[in-house]
Amino acid sequence: MPGQSPSQTVGPFFHNCLIRGGENSLTTPQTRGQHILIQGQVLDGDGQPVPDAMVEIWQADAHGFFNHPEDPNQAQADPHFRGFGRAETVDDGRFTFHTVKPGIIPGEQTPYVNVRLFSRGMLIHAVTRIYFADETGNTSDAVLNSVPDKRRGTLLAMPVESPGLPTYCFNIHLQGELETVFFDY
Amino acid sequence: MTKPFNSLDWQVQPPYLYAPYASTVKRSPQKPLVVVPQKMSELTGPVFGEVDLKPLDNDLTRNAVVNGEPIGERIIVVGRLLDENGRPIPNALLEVWQANSCGRYIHKNDQHDAPLDPNFTGTGRVLTDAHGEYRFTTIKPGAYPWRNHENAWRPPHIHFSVFGRNFLQRLVTQMYFPGDPLLALDPIFNGIPDENGRQRLISSYAHDITTPEWALGYRFDIVVCGQRETPFETKEA
Ligand SMILES: [Fe+3]
Repeated sequence: MPGQSPSQTVGPFFHNCLIRGGENSLTTPQTRGQHILIQGQVLDGDGQPVPDAMVEIWQADAHGFFNHPEDPNQAQADPHFRGFGRAETVDDGRFTFHTVKPGIIPGEQTPYVNVRLFSRGMLIHAVTRIYFADETGNTSDAVLNSVPDKRRGTLLAMPVESPGLPTYCFNIHLQGELETVFFDY
Repeated sequence: MTKPFNSLDWQVQPPYLYAPYASTVKRSPQKPLVVVPQKMSELTGPVFGEVDLKPLDNDLTRNAVVNGEPIGERIIVVGRLLDENGRPIPNALLEVWQANSCGRYIHKNDQHDAPLDPNFTGTGRVLTDAHGEYRFTTIKPGAYPWRNHENAWRPPHIHFSVFGRNFLQRLVTQMYFPGDPLLALDPIFNGIPDENGRQRLISSYAHDITTPEWALGYRFDIVVCGQRETPFETKEA
């Protein structure tokens, strides 16, 4: 049996191939559900912005369904929502996604967005999740509850004042006091 | 803990912190990873298809032509996308990017004093076929300097971004060329802890793919984590 191919860094020069424009918007006007913005900053161990990272997200639609054959509810999934998005970080390490608030996946307690973070300086991507601070189901979520109390906040996107769409802030700290909780599976 | 798929194999996968690659020092998570179960959100992933491709996406020697052919050694790269059980993964999207034959990327941050090629962007996309096989044509990339350490040069490589059947199989890696003396000196390559793992990223020369009077062939298979074979755990269900 073959072994896994090792990961290698995405490097600093991925943009022309992986970022062609618009991949950070997961929606069209027809996409069902509450349209939201998720904005954040990627920061290194010195608190300095990481300007050459790529954030990928994968999430359920507004009703908790995935447009994927593994999901028994695929037939009900929103045809106007693929669920996948990609954003580059810019000079100040910031990224933005235009998406919808995911629904709760059947059998689970609270909504979330899966995240993969790639960057120059990372030989392998980091895995995390975006939970929403204003969701009451968070207290009964098994994954959130498996995280030490004082680190749980790193997984919560906070609602922020915004003139336009409802907006959440989710910063990713690669290291340090505020290091984001990263996952393995 | 629900675990239909194998986890990342940390005997083979590079660590976050590998100090000889200097940029990892401030960008490596230091706290222990939290293990999550593999449920619907991990067992699904984006589905891509022909609609995501343009006709010349698999030919980097033609997809950016402005006023002539790109300069350099034409190559054909073929391979299979497999899981750890050796099963091919069909209809999977591979994205590739690379330097030109002189070792230069089209990128605002690439300051290497080597010529750009007006007819080459070094980016492509391809889907695996029903047998998990892919094939694209390109120009052999050149080595390029980077500032990691004194006189540091990246061995010629092609970057690969791979989507498998689900988000657990997501992989970004690099393909290298056989017999390259720069590999032994490269901290990105040597960040891989396992000799067999390192060898897996070196393509092999493929004379059967080499096309007379036209291009050399290389073979490069990619292996992502596979479904667990759990014959003794069936009662649990
Ligand atoms: Fe490169």
